[in-house]
Amino acid sequence: MTAAARKSAGGRAGLTLAQQRARVAWLFVAPMLVAVILVAAWPLGRTIAFSFTDAYLSDLENWQAVGIANYIALFQDPLWWRAVGTTLLFTIVSVGLETLLGLVIALTLNAHMPGRGLLRAAVLIPWAIPTVISAKMWGWMLHDLYGVVNAMLLKLGLIDAPWAWLAEPRLAFAAVVAVDVWKATPFMALLILAALQVLPREIYQAGKVDGVPPIRMFLRVTLPLIRPALLVAVIFRGLDAMRVFDVIYVLTGNNPATTTMSVYARQQLVDFQDVGYGSAAATSLFLIVAMATAIVITLGRVNVSAAGERR
Amino acid sequence: MIRRHLGRLGFYVLIAGILLYVVFPFYWAIVSSLKTGSSLFQVELWPGNPTLDNYVALFREQPFARNILNSLIVAVVATGLSLFLALTAAYALGRIRFRGRTAMLLIILSVSMFPQIAVLSGLFDLIRAIGLYDTLSGLVLANLILTLPFVTWVLTTFMREMPRELEQAAIVDGASDWRILTRVFLPIMGPALSASGLLAFILAWNEFMFALTFTLSTEQRTVPVAIALISGATAYELPWGKVMAACVIVTVPLIVLVLALQRYIISGLTAGAVKG
Repeated sequence: MTAAARKSAGGRAGLTLAQQRARVAWLFVAPMLVAVILVAAWPLGRTIAFSFTDAYLSDLENWQAVGIANYIALFQDPLWWRAVGTTLLFTIVSVGLETLLGLVIALTLNAHMPGRGLLRAAVLIPWAIPTVISAKMWGWMLHDLYGVVNAMLLKLGLIDAPWAWLAEPRLAFAAVVAVDVWKATPFMALLILAALQVLPREIYQAGKVDGVPPIRMFLRVTLPLIRPALLVAVIFRGLDAMRVFDVIYVLTGNNPATTTMSVYARQQLVDFQDVGYGSAAATSLFLIVAMATAIVITLGRVNVSAAGERR
Repeated sequence: MIRRHLGRLGFYVLIAGILLYVVFPFYWAIVSSLKTGSSLFQVELWPGNPTLDNYVALFREQPFARNILNSLIVAVVATGLSLFLALTAAYALGRIRFRGRTAMLLIILSVSMFPQIAVLSGLFDLIRAIGLYDTLSGLVLANLILTLPFVTWVLTTFMREMPRELEQAAIVDGASDWRILTRVFLPIMGPALSASGLLAFILAWNEFMFALTFTLSTEQRTVPVAIALISGATAYELPWGKVMAACVIVTVPLIVLVLALQRYIISGLTAGAVKG
């Protein structure tokens, strides 16, 4: 088809077909865009604006601009820095464990065996249930007096007095990580499994014929081949872990050893009603996550426009 | 020969270990939900005299049926709205080349990276200003932040993967984009819509922070908030039996859903790869 013919097919106002379709595209995107502005961009803008005021939750209409006073106070609060540290440590430890365990589970699921489908479905279940439920189930199992974990450890003689899993700072942090790992590993395993399943079989047959040990095969062949998919999974999980809230709120509440940035900000916002200060904390978390996202995208690890081809 | 058998054995031990780790918390929740009174505080792998009292109490002492209905309404409406708004957007983003497309995809991706806390005070202000505080409509609105970018992203990915030939003939025939979307794509989008809809439903069903902050009365609570805040009949009763019963009630339908639709979930997850 020539350009002229395309033009006449496109029709009115002398627009080319491409121009006309671009117009339609904006029309098609508009409703979604308006909704995103209403529920995401506008509230985010309001939060940032609140962070420069002394607004209180009980009376959001009356506030005074206070400049960057909230940020100065925030950066001088050792508890905030503790929350930042806790968040980073939580992200590194839990995503690290999830990646390792996810690899093990994915490699296991990738082996041919009877009942693989069932196992795959079983692994999906922790991912599908609400975080609140996983936190409650584990909270009960880790209960200091009546929990099954303490009872088992006592019976096996590994400890001689019940441990206060959710109160003692180090244990509480470990407990939160354990529940997050239990909940998020399936997601990791499935993404890795999807990458494993498209690997060419011939390489492995050749490796078998040549008598290459499986461990070496895994380190030299499998790992480099699934690296891109693994990186995407790690990055998304990492960004997700940085805003962790539900599991900590339910499992350990206000325990300072497990207070992450999200928990700290909500405490200020809702419990202490200090919307100005809490919004400054929330904005800081947003900036940290935004920076991490920007770094990831510019490093080209996640090619947005090629996302469709990524599988 | 013996080595191979040992390898096999090790493999099955590994699988058993994985299964135990995944399944035991559910098993323990079921066992605990069948115990009341002092037997709840004894560790035994099967309850001596199982009872359904916790389940009865849950519906009698708390508006738990109402909470389930609330969660269903919020999740279904938020998912439906998201699918509706995302369908045309995904068509444009996936099938039409236009300026600003990459920027828009970036915006969608970054919105799905938003920490919920970052919009909490602004959204609270908005929801109260339009009179939706402590209502399900307010929660639907809030949940769109989670579901809409996610559904748009996944549907765009699906749209891209369809062969070019699909609409080329239609364009040559002069069919409008609206016609192409509704007559050519929509009929074959069933699996994509199910996959993204199912995942959006799970996202909204599991949402906690907004539901906790934007509702006040027990009657407006969704399931996650209701479970997090379950109280005993008296201040001295530890409500663990009831909490476990609630967990079981909510988990069983989800397990059925996951088992029945795991194919869609996995295709949606690998296409979206956005959140867990």
